[in-house]
Amino acid sequence: MISMSTRHILLGLLAGGPSHGYDLKRRHDERFPQARPLAYGQVYTTLQRLVRDGLAEVDGTDSDGGPERTLYRSTDDGSRELAHWAGEIAPPAPFVTNEIFAKVVVSILASADPAGYLRAQRAAHMARMRELTAVKTAPGADLASVLSADYALNHLDADLRWMNTTAARLTTLTAEVDAA
Amino acid sequence: MSNPLLAARSLVKAHGSTPALRGASVDLRAGEILAVTGASGSGKSTLLHCLAGIVRPDTGTVEYAGERLDRLPEKRLSELRRTDFGVVFQFGQLIPELTAVDNVALPLLLAGTPRTAAREQAGEWLERFGVRGQEALRPGEMSGGQAQRVSLARALVTGPKVVFADEPTGALDSLAGEQAMTALIHTARESGTAVLLITHDAQVAAYADREVSLRDGVVTAEWAAGAPAEGAAGTAAEPSAEATR
Repeated sequence: MISMSTRHILLGLLAGGPSHGYDLKRRHDERFPQARPLAYGQVYTTLQRLVRDGLAEVDGTDSDGGPERTLYRSTDDGSRELAHWAGEIAPPAPFVTNEIFAKVVVSILASADPAGYLRAQRAAHMARMRELTAVKTAPGADLASVLSADYALNHLDADLRWMNTTAARLTTLTAEVDAA
Repeated sequence: MSNPLLAARSLVKAHGSTPALRGASVDLRAGEILAVTGASGSGKSTLLHCLAGIVRPDTGTVEYAGERLDRLPEKRLSELRRTDFGVVFQFGQLIPELTAVDNVALPLLLAGTPRTAAREQAGEWLERFGVRGQEALRPGEMSGGQAQRVSLARALVTGPKVVFADEPTGALDSLAGEQAMTALIHTARESGTAVLLITHDAQVAAYADREVSLRDGVVTAEWAAGAPAEGAAGTAAEPSAEATR
C-alpha cells in the first residue's frame, strides 16, 4: 500500500534511535513544517499498531525527572518495511481528482461562471505563493521549511498553469459560440 | 497613500500597425516590488520600455518623481537612465569583452567615478550578489546564473531608485533563478529600490508585493500582498478604477 503513511513516517523518525511519543510528534512537526501537525492520539495509536505488527517494540521507559514515558524502537522488520516503502514508486497521478478541476467542470455543466471562479482561485493561489516565498526566502530558513515550501510552490504553480490554459480555452470557446 | 514614484496613464503604443499598449495605466511606489504578468504579446515589455524611458508612448503620460518622462529631451532621459534607473533583461546583455568587475564598474565610470573607486565598488556589489571570486571572468566563462547575477549587480551599482527587470530568470534553471531573485529582492529591500518585474512565471511573481496583469495592452487585474484572498478575488475580477483611469 502506498500512501502518505503515518506508520512509515514514525518508523523513519525511529530510524535515528529510540524515542517516545511526545518526542516523535515534535520531531514530525519540525521535519514536515507545512504539514498538518500530528495529533498525539494518532501517534500513540500508530505506535501500538507498529508494536502489534512487529515493526517496533518497547525499549523501556524514560522519566527524565517528569512523568514516565514509554520509549519505542524500530525492529529489523521495521527497518526492512521502511526501506521497502521508501524505495517503492508512488503511482504517478492514477486518478485526476482535484477540487479546482471538479469545480470548473461542474461550472461548465451548470452554465455558471467558470472564468470568474478561475480568476478568484488564481488570486487565492498567488496570495498563498507569496506567503510560501516569504517563508522560503526568510534569512536563516531551515532546510525542511525550504523543501516543503518548494514542494507546495511547484504544485500551486502547476495548478496555475492549468487554470491559465483553461481560462484561455474557455475564452476561445466562448468566442466560437458567439460567432456561430 | 504617498504619491507613486512612477505613474503611467493611458499608455498607447503601436509597433508599426500592431498595437502593443491600448490604454495601460500603472503606478510604482518608492521601494515597492511590483510584478507585471500576462501572456506573451500582452504588452508587458513595451510597458517596461515606456516606463524606463527607453521608448516614448504614442499617447498617454509617464511621470517619474514629478517629471514628465514622455516629454523629456533625450539628453535628460539618458541621464535619468544612468542615475536613477537600472535595467536587467532576460539575457543579461553584459559586454562580452569585459570582465565581470569591469561590466559592473561601467555605469559608475560613465557617471564619472574614478576607475579604482569604480572597480572597488563593483567588487562589493559582486559580493552582495554572491559572485565574488568571478571578478576576472568574462561573460562567456560564467554560468548563466552567475552572468545574470553580474547583470543584477550592474543594474544596482549606481544606487538607482528603480530597477526594471524583464524576465530576469527566463533563461535560468529553477535554482539559479531562485538565487538571482533572492539576491535581487534582498538587495532592493535593503536599499529601498523599487523593482518593476516583468514575468510570465507565477513563482517569480510571488516575490512581489503587488501584481498587475496585462491583457491585450491594458491592465485587467491587480492583486496586493496581505490582502485576504476573498478580497483580492473581488478586485481581481474587474480592473480597479485606479488602474484603468
